[in-house]
Amino acid sequence: MTSALGLPLRRPSVLPGFGLALGFTLVYLGLVVLVPLAALVLKTAGLGWAGFWALATDPRTLSALRLSFGTALAAAAINLVFGLLVAWVLVRYDFPGRRLVDAMIDLPFALPTAVAGIALASLYAPNGPIGALAAMAGLRIAFTPLGIVVALTFVSLPFVVRTIQPVLEEIDRELEEAAATLGAGRLATLRRVILPTLVPAMLTGFALALARAVGEYGSVIFIAGNIPYVSEIAPLLIVIRLEEFHYQAATALACDMLAVSFALLLAINLVQAWSRGRFGHV
Amino acid sequence: MSDVALAAGGAVRPVTTETRAVRRALVAAAVVFLALFLVLPLAAVFAEAFRAGLAGYLAAIREPDALAAIRLTLLVAAIACPANLVFGLAAAWAVAKFEFRGKSLLVTLIDLPFSISPVISGLVYVLLFGAQGLLGPWLKAHGIEIIFAVPGIVLATIFVTLPFVARELIPLMQEQGSGDEEAALSLGAGGWKVFFLVTLPNVKWALLYGVLLCNARAMGEFGAVSVVSGHIRSLTNTMPLQVEILYNEYNFAAAFAVASLLAGLALVTLVLKSVLEWRYGHALSAAGRH
Amino acid sequence: MSNVVRTRCALALGFALAVSLPSSALADRVLLNVSYDPTRELYRDVNAAFQESWKAKTGESVTIRMSHGGSGKQARSVIDGLAADVVTLALEADIDAIAKASGKIPAGWRSRLPKNSSPYVSTIVFLVRKGNPKGIHDWGDLVKDGIEVITPNPKTSGGARWNYLAAWAWAEGAFGGDGQKVRQYVAELFRHVPILDTGARGSTTTFAQRGLGDVLLAWENEAFLALAEFGEDRFEIVVPSVSVRAEPPVALVDGNVDANGTRDLAEAYLAFLYSPEAQKLVAHHYYRPTDPAAADPDDLKRFPDVKLVPIDDPLFGGWAKAQPMHFGDGGTFDQLYRPAN
Repeated sequence: MTSALGLPLRRPSVLPGFGLALGFTLVYLGLVVLVPLAALVLKTAGLGWAGFWALATDPRTLSALRLSFGTALAAAAINLVFGLLVAWVLVRYDFPGRRLVDAMIDLPFALPTAVAGIALASLYAPNGPIGALAAMAGLRIAFTPLGIVVALTFVSLPFVVRTIQPVLEEIDRELEEAAATLGAGRLATLRRVILPTLVPAMLTGFALALARAVGEYGSVIFIAGNIPYVSEIAPLLIVIRLEEFHYQAATALACDMLAVSFALLLAINLVQAWSRGRFGHV
Repeated sequence: MSDVALAAGGAVRPVTTETRAVRRALVAAAVVFLALFLVLPLAAVFAEAFRAGLAGYLAAIREPDALAAIRLTLLVAAIACPANLVFGLAAAWAVAKFEFRGKSLLVTLIDLPFSISPVISGLVYVLLFGAQGLLGPWLKAHGIEIIFAVPGIVLATIFVTLPFVARELIPLMQEQGSGDEEAALSLGAGGWKVFFLVTLPNVKWALLYGVLLCNARAMGEFGAVSVVSGHIRSLTNTMPLQVEILYNEYNFAAAFAVASLLAGLALVTLVLKSVLEWRYGHALSAAGRH
Repeated sequence: MSNVVRTRCALALGFALAVSLPSSALADRVLLNVSYDPTRELYRDVNAAFQESWKAKTGESVTIRMSHGGSGKQARSVIDGLAADVVTLALEADIDAIAKASGKIPAGWRSRLPKNSSPYVSTIVFLVRKGNPKGIHDWGDLVKDGIEVITPNPKTSGGARWNYLAAWAWAEGAFGGDGQKVRQYVAELFRHVPILDTGARGSTTTFAQRGLGDVLLAWENEAFLALAEFGEDRFEIVVPSVSVRAEPPVALVDGNVDANGTRDLAEAYLAFLYSPEAQKLVAHHYYRPTDPAAADPDDLKRFPDVKLVPIDDPLFGGWAKAQPMHFGDGGTFDQLYRPAN
């Protein structure tokens, strides 16, 4: 029903205030977000295409982008699995402290990232409680790419849970009952009946977690190690370029990341619009 | 449900859930995961904060620089939250109540600050308002300070927290549809009246929740604010920046004391949110049933 | 009036308040000193002493504000418009960058004040764990098997650049000026670095608090401070055979003091840094005073004798040459990290 192409500029509605609301939205969005972002693009444009390409494909830049995306993908994947698990447990089972656990999920939204980074570093460093355990297993977490995954898992944890939860709550149990009476085993019901309805929400949650994790800075620098080509994330490289007074390299990298964020989010919103049309929910 | 279970034969579990052992294992796995990633870091913050004892804790918080940072943080949140509240309402009204071309694009732009690296969020304002920036010379000629002063910090915070309220409202208002509003209009109510008497009450809990999250993030933002702040002691340091400063002075207990205030704020936010959800859940189901 | 309009009015008011706050809240004249990370403790004391001396001399109470951070980051902030009256940074190159990019400091700033505009100097030493379990005595020991070295990133930290140059200076002597071997040594040294923090303070925390690495390359003053903060029973200082003479410079930001009306104050502040009173504080905070006669002899005794190579030595050729050669984009530091291909 929201096929963007066949739509007239605006479908007529009896409700008033479209002009005011949209106008205000656009002006505010323009002043706060679009004009500053335009400044970024403009600064980068000063480089010219060749200059931009040289900077954007510099091996160190590529390795930082690879690391940022690799670790963000890993963190989003961890959150996809455990987020699904946590959402399932919270919606379907009753256990002592459920409400408390439910409330805790949003903690990474609210806890300042720098604080989270320092706390995680102190826990996962070789002389911290978890880091010591891992060290016994011969594993180093903090100050390696693994540490980055830990920090990113923390900051992007709420997204998958919070997008799956409401959908799971709305799933009609009669479907499951019907499947069971038709002779489907529990596992088959989960796989063939429940999982497919969750796919759009899982995709959305995954992409949101990914989008959030790719740009994270505050919590990562405390736990990353920051070695060029090994554990140097893209946002840190932006900061390093700035400190070399090399603004254009910084803005070129920022533009790269901006384009990716935008593409990710647009994909999410198209998936959502599509699933709203198809399933009637997000 | 229980009918089905009975029909399937006495003591057997309901078909729509798992065996007890599986349930317990799943709950345990979820709880262990959350403990490792959420509870321990939080506990670490509080444990470190009270390492110097309660007296040390209070002294750290009453320190003039810390107080100045707390005041600035409150001021910034007090400006950023209402601004984004108004924006969220306007955006949600336009997006949820009307169909128009380019809606997905608009929603994407609203989400954008969410996934932009905070470093970039700060950087764009430096590029715009900094001395070497596009508007820098003009601002300087008129004696207006934005970067490295409070307005810059406020702007960066507004940027980072822009999606929170809108993001809470849009799905809910989409789900609610515009039936209530249309009914009120047909009974002769004016546009503003419909908005204040019908729409706003319908979304008030979601609105409050959005503001709470917006507030928590506004107070806790680090990366973006760090770029535009200038780090002038007791003038442009917000609480997260003060945490970094104290940490860099090897004053770990004080750093974590200030951090624990922010963590405490996060906890209060979560508690309020749960309370809201409980009530708003009721309000929602009531609205759905009538 | 609608709520929306009311909220917008409140918003505008809030903004107005926010803009006017910094200027109206304080009656005193304000001096802003933008400095690098390790000087927090030093300037806390120096500022108090200066305020007292200024008050005694002129009867005026002044407020001195500090901003601390990585030296490069601080320079960038000043370039982007941070209204510093004076800058007291880790590197001449950072002040040069301000002079060049903003034009607020004249190019010849370094000769405006005595001693190359450096009221105090320092050097780079090693901090090792108590008892020196890995037997680290000089630069050559850092590249032995199994040694982990902690240093901040020379790209983001001024101190780290001095670390880098000190290692370079030793290698030049040790390998008789064989450029290839010097590079190999420095590259090998950075292969022993598991974590590059963005600032000196971050590295010290990594080494002392997180327990990582066998040796920390640190400012002499930072090493002494770490001993005091973290306990002399846990660490000890090792002085290498050769190090650099690190000259953290200070400068007046002409473009800002004229706009702020603080030129007299800022000039007096910088001059005060050379006064016997300030020099005494300098030595007390483990920096080497440029006027040792003013310092407490007990404080001076703490500084070990070590051969210090200055930046103006032909080996480096001054910051104007060393900065782009070693730390510029594509300079020797970047080359060390370039993966073999």
